Amino acid sequence: MNIKLAAKHEPEEVMMRDVYVNTLIDLAAQDNRIVVLNADLIKSVGMAAFQEKFPERTFNCGVQEANMIGIAAGLAATGKKPFAYSFATFATRRCYDQIFLSAAYAGLNVNITGSDPGVSAAYNGGTHMAFEDMALMRAVPGAIVVDPADSTCLAALLRLISEQHGVSYLRLYRREAAKIYETGSVFKIGKAVTLRLGKDVTIIACGIMVAEALKASDLLAARGIEAGVVDCFTVKPLDREMVLNCAAESGAVVTAENHNVIGGLGSAVAELLSEHLPTPLVRIGRQDQFGEVGPMKYLQKAFGLTAGHIVVKTVELLGDIKHKKQTKK
Amino acid sequence: MISTKEIGELKILATRIRLETLKELKCLGFGHVGGAMSIVEVLAVLYGRVMNVKPDQPNWPDRDWLVLSKGHAGPALYATLALKGYFPLAELQTLNQPGTTLPSHCDLQKTVGIDMTTGSLGQGISTAIGVALGNRLDCRDNYSYLILGDGECNEGQVWEGVLFAGHHGLNNLIAFVDYNKQQLDGYTRDIIDLGDLAAKFSTFNWFAQDCAGHDLEAICSAIEKAKEERTRPAVIILHTIKGKSCCFAEAKLDNHNMFFTDEMIDQAISCVSEDLLQLQRAADAAGPGEGGRS
Repeated sequence: MNIKLAAKHEPEEVMMRDVYVNTLIDLAAQDNRIVVLNADLIKSVGMAAFQEKFPERTFNCGVQEANMIGIAAGLAATGKKPFAYSFATFATRRCYDQIFLSAAYAGLNVNITGSDPGVSAAYNGGTHMAFEDMALMRAVPGAIVVDPADSTCLAALLRLISEQHGVSYLRLYRREAAKIYETGSVFKIGKAVTLRLGKDVTIIACGIMVAEALKASDLLAARGIEAGVVDCFTVKPLDREMVLNCAAESGAVVTAENHNVIGGLGSAVAELLSEHLPTPLVRIGRQDQFGEVGPMKYLQKAFGLTAGHIVVKTVELLGDIKHKKQTKK
Repeated sequence: MISTKEIGELKILATRIRLETLKELKCLGFGHVGGAMSIVEVLAVLYGRVMNVKPDQPNWPDRDWLVLSKGHAGPALYATLALKGYFPLAELQTLNQPGTTLPSHCDLQKTVGIDMTTGSLGQGISTAIGVALGNRLDCRDNYSYLILGDGECNEGQVWEGVLFAGHHGLNNLIAFVDYNKQQLDGYTRDIIDLGDLAAKFSTFNWFAQDCAGHDLEAICSAIEKAKEERTRPAVIILHTIKGKSCCFAEAKLDNHNMFFTDEMIDQAISCVSEDLLQLQRAADAAGPGEGGRS
């Protein structure tokens, strides 16, 4: 990996969905095995540009997510590299058995993109709000699960996914993300990135929560707490070495994800640490509840997916650790 | 047109598939007898005459593909593949045993000659469509064959696929429905009545034919007609008998996944062996000539 960090984490000028589509167009121009499938959301994700360029390699399956995944598996069996897209809810939950058996169990190369994860489903509301998509996909043996924080990481991951074999799941926030990386950064699937070092606590985040974690780290610094930040964009396979090192060095871990705390990044980190290096831990995310409708900013605040909430929970965690140490003495 | 001699050969192949399937199931004492027996004739026609395959190159890209969507009938397909030379007949005795290459439901990663993993009903139509689309993209003139169960047609995904393939005019997709009128819990008419399946497929822009599902000549003829169709996918509704020619299972209720004693299966094996003997004698008597055109 070769990472160049952005100096400022301002909103990017490009939308993630445009970077997604343009990257796929670039990849498809170089590799005629790449095909895309969509379930009546071509306009929604801006896939029309791909369709114009490669009409014969674009399959709009209509509102048929289960059929779409099966068709993708069949195409993969003939040597194609399918990228199937729908909203995160429908791309995973709605067609889970097809992903599990027709694609993964069959050992076929099927790449799935789920957009509008968690609070980013905003005005579509609770019915469309996936807080369980990563949990479902993590439970598929061998699947890769990634939740990129910005467009540079997204484009890099798409390229890497197109080069690997098997089932992958990419979480796609469609709008402008906060800039984390400069162009030219080189990523690796399964390798997390340390964005900031911190001796007191490490915040391990993914997706839109990476920017919140960086803000939280600034706020904590003002209180004299050195909080490290790790972008764990690959939720599976987890960068075990990085997580264990962070836990060993800082002695406290906070996870932050736009997802249920059950089954996602927080679970993955907790599973690893509890087996290999029990470490005080707090998991920020949706606390085993459904989503609801509203502006994304409102939902982030309501569900505790903000820098401010990370600060509160981190201070609480460090307070608990201190209290326990004093009690022991 | 198919000659009498060729029909005789297909009858022998069908009977050998039936016999090997029963011997394969015998080692377990239970299995999906009903649905395996009912597709024997279509398997004999596909692998004995219709499908362009190379058993020594099972992944040959230009081959015709078969998706056995009713994956529980895997044992009948395994017997067919073994008889075609994909793997030794002796392997059939490992069905469902630890470490086997022959699991109860079809698995493309385990079994040589299996084109698609199936078992969760309803999924095979979508993968068969994907295969047809992939081959069409590569300008191949091969076919994607698909065998659906009738109970399987309860699944919504089947009709998603039917709608999609009809819309896209997938003329390189030929499907069969094993319409044996029975599913696990009883008769299809009592559980979810499927009614006139050919009419239903026709409505979705498929070229649909009804066919006597154990009549080899009728199956051959229906496939020939299906291949003449240039603009639509084709479906052949095979009117079959669940458990066909297995004396303890034929047309019996509860013959989906059944237990049997050694005596029962031995009797069935003996009956089918006798059928095979008679067919071979008849073939020998007819001699090596071309035989009459039927």
